[in-house]
Amino acid sequence: MRDGMAWYDRLLNIDRRWIYVLMALVVIVPAVRPFTVPVGISGEVRAVHEAIEAQPAGGVIHLAIDYDPSTLAELQPMAEAILHQCFDKDLRLVITALSQFGPAMVDELVTRVATEHGKQRDVHYAFLGYKPYPAITILAMGSDYRVPFPTDYYGTAVDAIPMMQDIHNFSDVACVVSLAGGNVADMWIQYGNAKYGVPVALGVTGVMASDYYPYLQSGQIFGLLPGVKGAAEYESLRERPGQASRGMPYQVTSHLLIIIAMIVANVGYIAQRRAHAGGR
Amino acid sequence: MKKQIPILIVFVTGLIMVLQFFVPHAASEFLFTYANDFVIVIGILALPLGIFSLMRGTVIKARKDPRERFYAIVTIVGFLVMAIANFRRDSGPDSLAQNLFSYVMIPCQATIFSMLAFYIASAAYRAFRVRTWLATVLLVTAFIVMLRIVPLPEPFSSWNSSLVQWILAVPNMASKRAIIIGVGLGAISYSMKIILGIERGYMGGDK
Repeated sequence: MRDGMAWYDRLLNIDRRWIYVLMALVVIVPAVRPFTVPVGISGEVRAVHEAIEAQPAGGVIHLAIDYDPSTLAELQPMAEAILHQCFDKDLRLVITALSQFGPAMVDELVTRVATEHGKQRDVHYAFLGYKPYPAITILAMGSDYRVPFPTDYYGTAVDAIPMMQDIHNFSDVACVVSLAGGNVADMWIQYGNAKYGVPVALGVTGVMASDYYPYLQSGQIFGLLPGVKGAAEYESLRERPGQASRGMPYQVTSHLLIIIAMIVANVGYIAQRRAHAGGR
Repeated sequence: MKKQIPILIVFVTGLIMVLQFFVPHAASEFLFTYANDFVIVIGILALPLGIFSLMRGTVIKARKDPRERFYAIVTIVGFLVMAIANFRRDSGPDSLAQNLFSYVMIPCQATIFSMLAFYIASAAYRAFRVRTWLATVLLVTAFIVMLRIVPLPEPFSSWNSSLVQWILAVPNMASKRAIIIGVGLGAISYSMKIILGIERGYMGGDK
């Protein structure tokens, strides 16, 4: 039956399992033959980098690591690059994790990067941990960090943390950078920025990025890191290639496959339409 | 009374919370904090109900269908192991909870999410076809935006980058903004209907 098919029908009826096999093969290519991808820097990524870069030593940044393991591949490189930048510049970090699967992951990441820079918990950074209901938690933090977080992730009273002595709410931090794989990003805009006026920047997954450009133009967020590309741009700005820069070749090969699949399907579709029109 | 009292509670609470949002006073902040404690308490009370529901549903499914038994056992064992591991308060990098999280939870979630690459490739092959002029616009836009990832020779790379910026900053933003404002207005009207007692779905219907 299939042998009698016209070439364009064959192009239109490729079994999806072949596409799966091809995708598996193309994502293996960069692992076998590594290559680098040049990354242009966009304004929205540069804005986040410059805002942190402009802080004096001892300045306070709130890093909200609001993703869970499902979006770790896209968002963890951003978290890592920002942590490196803040510790390089001797900034102080208030870190929260408003995704329920986040805290253990954040603890591992922050401890590793801080150790690398010789930074101490409670002196150079405070990890307050997780609380349910992100909207309520953000609103409460705007009032006082101690309301939703009387103790930090490790059970230490926030009042007993040396770094937190002069930090009470959003008016004591220069900005909030939220790395979110879900709607927590909206909550930071709606409650953190709209109610308390704290400058907010976001790091989001590639598919979420287009949703947040309106907030960028309106000034409700001052910067945006979109997906792996955004993270790779940030790493380029830091001149410190990391996971995202290593991940870009995989993005390139998989995107190329998708583009080729679209072209193949449309060549077949147009040829089929012409053949049917000619046969009438 | 069965209807009037809940409607009155919702009306008063809703009104207070709306007013509270716009009043930057210590008393208002206290009220807000106090009200939020109620939300957390209610959430905690719902937790045993959720656990009971999960266990009950899993056991019933396993009893009815022998093919489901293996998955039911995995669910129950997984739940109990994670619960017991997390009751212990040692949160160090070598704790059981951290290891289960790092070596079971993270790979499982990352695997499920990475499967998207396969489905997106298959969906792009089937869905992006020049059937109508609107579908063609969608196809061309997707093509241009995806090309941004691919390193093209100059000046094509700069042209494409500028075009993508324009797509994101003009047509994308116009449509997204319209959707956001529409959803916002819808949420406000729905909330007002609840506060004023017109929408009573939360009480289990109008009867």
